[in-house]
Amino acid sequence: MGLNLSIDTAVPASSAFGSGGAAKVQRPGNQALLEVRELTVSFPGEGGSRSNVVSGLNYRIEAGETLGVVGESGCGKTMTSLALMGLVPTAGNVSGQIMFGGRNLADQKDREWRRMRGRDAAMIFQEPMTAMNPVMTVGRQIAEVLIRHEGLSRRDAADRSVGLLEAVGIPSARRRADDYPHQLSGGMRQRAMIAMALACKPRLLVADEPTTALDVTIQAQILDLILELQEDTGMAVQFITHNLAVVSELAHHILVMYAGRGVEYAPAEKLFERPLHPYTRGLIATLPDPDRKVAKLPVIPGGLRSSRSPGCPFAGRCSLASDICRAAIPPMIEVEPGHHVACLKVSQ
Amino acid sequence: MSNPLLEIDRLSVHIPMRGKGLLSSGIKLRAVDEVSLTMQRGETLAIVGESGSGKSTLGYVVAGLRQQTGGSLKITPSRPHQNGRKPVQIIFQDPFSALDPRMTVEDIIGEPLRLMGQDRGTRRGRVLEVLEQVGMPAEAAQRYPHQFSGGQRQRLAIARALIGDPELIVADEPLSALDVSIQSKILNLMSDIKERHGISYFFISHDFGVVRHLADRVAVLYLGRLMELAPADEIFANPAHPYTRALMDAVPRIGRGRRKRGQVLKGEIPTPLNPPSGCVFHTRCPRATAICSTERPLLLPLVSRPAQLAACHHKE
Ligand SMILES: Nc1ncnc2c1ncn2[C@@H]1O[C@H](COP(=O)(O)OP(=O)(O)OP(=O)(O)O)[C@@H](O)[C@H]1O
Ligand SMILES: Nc1ncnc2c1ncn2[C@@H]1O[C@H](COP(=O)(O)OP(=O)(O)OP(=O)(O)O)[C@@H](O)[C@H]1O
Ligand code: SF4
Ligand code: SF4
Ligand SMILES: [Mg+2]
Ligand SMILES: [Mg+2]
Repeated sequence: MGLNLSIDTAVPASSAFGSGGAAKVQRPGNQALLEVRELTVSFPGEGGSRSNVVSGLNYRIEAGETLGVVGESGCGKTMTSLALMGLVPTAGNVSGQIMFGGRNLADQKDREWRRMRGRDAAMIFQEPMTAMNPVMTVGRQIAEVLIRHEGLSRRDAADRSVGLLEAVGIPSARRRADDYPHQLSGGMRQRAMIAMALACKPRLLVADEPTTALDVTIQAQILDLILELQEDTGMAVQFITHNLAVVSELAHHILVMYAGRGVEYAPAEKLFERPLHPYTRGLIATLPDPDRKVAKLPVIPGGLRSSRSPGCPFAGRCSLASDICRAAIPPMIEVEPGHHVACLKVSQ
Repeated sequence: MSNPLLEIDRLSVHIPMRGKGLLSSGIKLRAVDEVSLTMQRGETLAIVGESGSGKSTLGYVVAGLRQQTGGSLKITPSRPHQNGRKPVQIIFQDPFSALDPRMTVEDIIGEPLRLMGQDRGTRRGRVLEVLEQVGMPAEAAQRYPHQFSGGQRQRLAIARALIGDPELIVADEPLSALDVSIQSKILNLMSDIKERHGISYFFISHDFGVVRHLADRVAVLYLGRLMELAPADEIFANPAHPYTRALMDAVPRIGRGRRKRGQVLKGEIPTPLNPPSGCVFHTRCPRATAICSTERPLLLPLVSRPAQLAACHHKE
């Protein structure tokens, strides 16, 4: 696949990150491209209280790196991503810091968010139709992004959008640019959405289960595409999925979430070699392995439900739980260099 | 082995296309194209293949929800199934839309028995029995579907399938809408039921981990055609068909580290309206040669492993 994202026709190199390439991203010292500190998202709950769907999350992503975020349905993966993009529904309240390129996005005005989205950071979804306009051709939609953020002329933007569709591996891109989203297959729609997200070479791509609805073959193609684009542009990726095997193939670091909290955060090799949190261990153990048949799969008892008790949110399902676990929420502790775990029994 | 539970012989589902000039043009969509296979009693056969390969269509024909347009299908129950009891039942992927939200669990699960004319008392006893078999408490009977989680609803769907005492359950991606931690529980439940009741599953799935776990044999479909049919142990150890190999290679696995690019199957499944000539896989096959685009390969046993059948001119 001839990948060329710098098919600039008349693009002014005015965007925040210049014309692409990790080398261009100037960062002082070891400041990460994205650093999330104590991120909390809450919604109004029963009786005037507020309930946190994301609580005190901390993580960072360097340029050119991929963070995999995993956890069960409802654990707050999507809400975390929406917070990064300034897209949390209005009833929700976001607190904490989202440091991106040295600025705290959490205090941004709507206008600033709008300018940033699509240009500095872009998001792709499981269902491309949520991000695409069903009554506009895909070529036109990508062109609109370029016109808005990069000030291209209509003609240049149209040419560039064909180039982008080619770059993400859509055959006969010039013809396909005139198709409406519903005329593309699921895999091709996903590619078109990636092309649209990457039109302005964002420094951060947030991908929310982008391959979950796809066949394994098409999933493999899309994962390859993301890797290729990342090598090419040096973008950072936050890849959200409930599938541990998928992130194991893509991520440099992994954040495991449970009930809105980070429970384990580590370099990918460490996490898979030696998972420490009982929940992470459970997730790995319950995954049926295509290379090995076992008589009975281990299970994690119970299900994810909001716990009002003060202790470890996993205590109700944890085989190691004891009274101390129910006393207070275990803090994330760095038990080995880079390997963080929120479990009292591990950090003791 | 004689007297199989299910025999499918050159079964096809060709769908005439409607729309501008299409019907008159006689164009047909080959959803299932001359598939032959048998299932023994108690055996679980997994059906895998990319989206659009015809898995559900074939499953619906097996479950009696759809008619084939060619070939034959024969089910030979081992015992009489009277009063409208069906030897074959089906469970679907989506546990949310599969259960009528206005009916209590007791009525939903007991429905097949009501249609047979059984009275409420008899039905209730049997409903409680199957609820227990799927690990649900008796109280569940008086509640409504929306009061249950996805995993619990899938248990209810399984209970409804079990109540008519079937010999074969067609399961169309029953786990794919569920969270991993719930998947493993339902999977264990399904293997339990299989062991205890000798039930066979016609198990449609795209998850090779799940297939490895439950299947005795595996059938690989592509564009409505059977590409490979083999015992699970053999197909996982040595896939004979290039398409099977490509599918298995594409499955993400823990412990391989970050992926190396470029070893993936290129392109997408072509349209079944106008399938490629010869071997339908030749447009994407890394091993294709001239003969592949002209001659349709037959499904034949491997010389070295005769229980493993593959339709390929250059099978491994
Ligand atoms: N608009 C909203 N108002 C209140 N609560 C919400 C709202 N949207 C989502 N939630 C709650 O926030 C929690 C986290 O949801 P989120 O969508 O982030 O989960 P997720 O991890 O992405 O799950 P999935 O894997 O199912 O996509 C859930 O409990 C959900 O019910
Ligand atoms: N009633 C119908 N009318 C037109 N086309 C149909 C009909 N039923 C099935 N098809 C087509 O037949 C082919 C096989 O569909 P089927 O649903 O059996 O595939 P599948 O393998 O179950 O796919 P998936 O993994 O997406 O569920 C597809 O091309 C589908 O569009
Ligand atoms: S803190 Fe206690 S309950 Fe929580 S995960 Fe650790 S051992 Fe289990
Ligand atoms: S017959 Fe030819 S094209 Fe078909 S799978 Fe075999 S090698 Fe590939
Ligand atoms: Mg989500
Ligand atoms: Mg289907």
